Amino acid sequence: MSSAPNATATSAAHSPVPPITKWVGPVLFSWLVPGAGYFMLKRPIRGALTAISILVMFSLGLLMRGAMFEWLWSSQDMLTTVIYCGGYVANLCAGLPYFLATWLGYNQPDVAGHVHDYGTKFLAGAGLLNVLAMVDVYEIIAGKKD
Amino acid sequence: MKLSLSHFEMALVFALITSVILGIVTKKTDRERIQYGLQCFGYFVAALFGIAWLMKLGHG
Repeated sequence: MSSAPNATATSAAHSPVPPITKWVGPVLFSWLVPGAGYFMLKRPIRGALTAISILVMFSLGLLMRGAMFEWLWSSQDMLTTVIYCGGYVANLCAGLPYFLATWLGYNQPDVAGHVHDYGTKFLAGAGLLNVLAMVDVYEIIAGKKD
Repeated sequence: MKLSLSHFEMALVFALITSVILGIVTKKTDRERIQYGLQCFGYFVAALFGIAWLMKLGHG
């Protein structure tokens, strides 16, 4: 008799994972074009706000001449590896804006100066904010959010 | 063309954009989102002033 409420509580705590075919498209699209996942899920205001925010942040990073991180694996200095590889992944998470910038020849060397430094953080920050948007899109599809 | 803003201006722009995204992805209703976004922005600005004063006092 006591197993029924337990089963209900367990199923509520672990909501089912949606099939990969259902979420991979919107999440992938959300990565490539910031905010696009929300448009696919018919949430245009959230999509527009996300797209504008991330694109403005990325553009400001470019205008401040921020540097893009490179994949730098150093076996002797773990901190350098974490910073450079983490930064590279963060840059990559910005999606199409990152690819466009690099394909069009944006190649700013890492130089000293607070404006360049902020630019680098803005470029990485835009990618990290896009990760938050991708996770949100997944959670909407999974039914964890409205 | 190179954009050149002060530390304060850049930190404010960063805080504004990050607060908008945090508001969008964190809460469930629009009212909660706006409230949380404003709250985050307030915390960012408070931290900005707090850390700035801390550094000024620390440097003497």
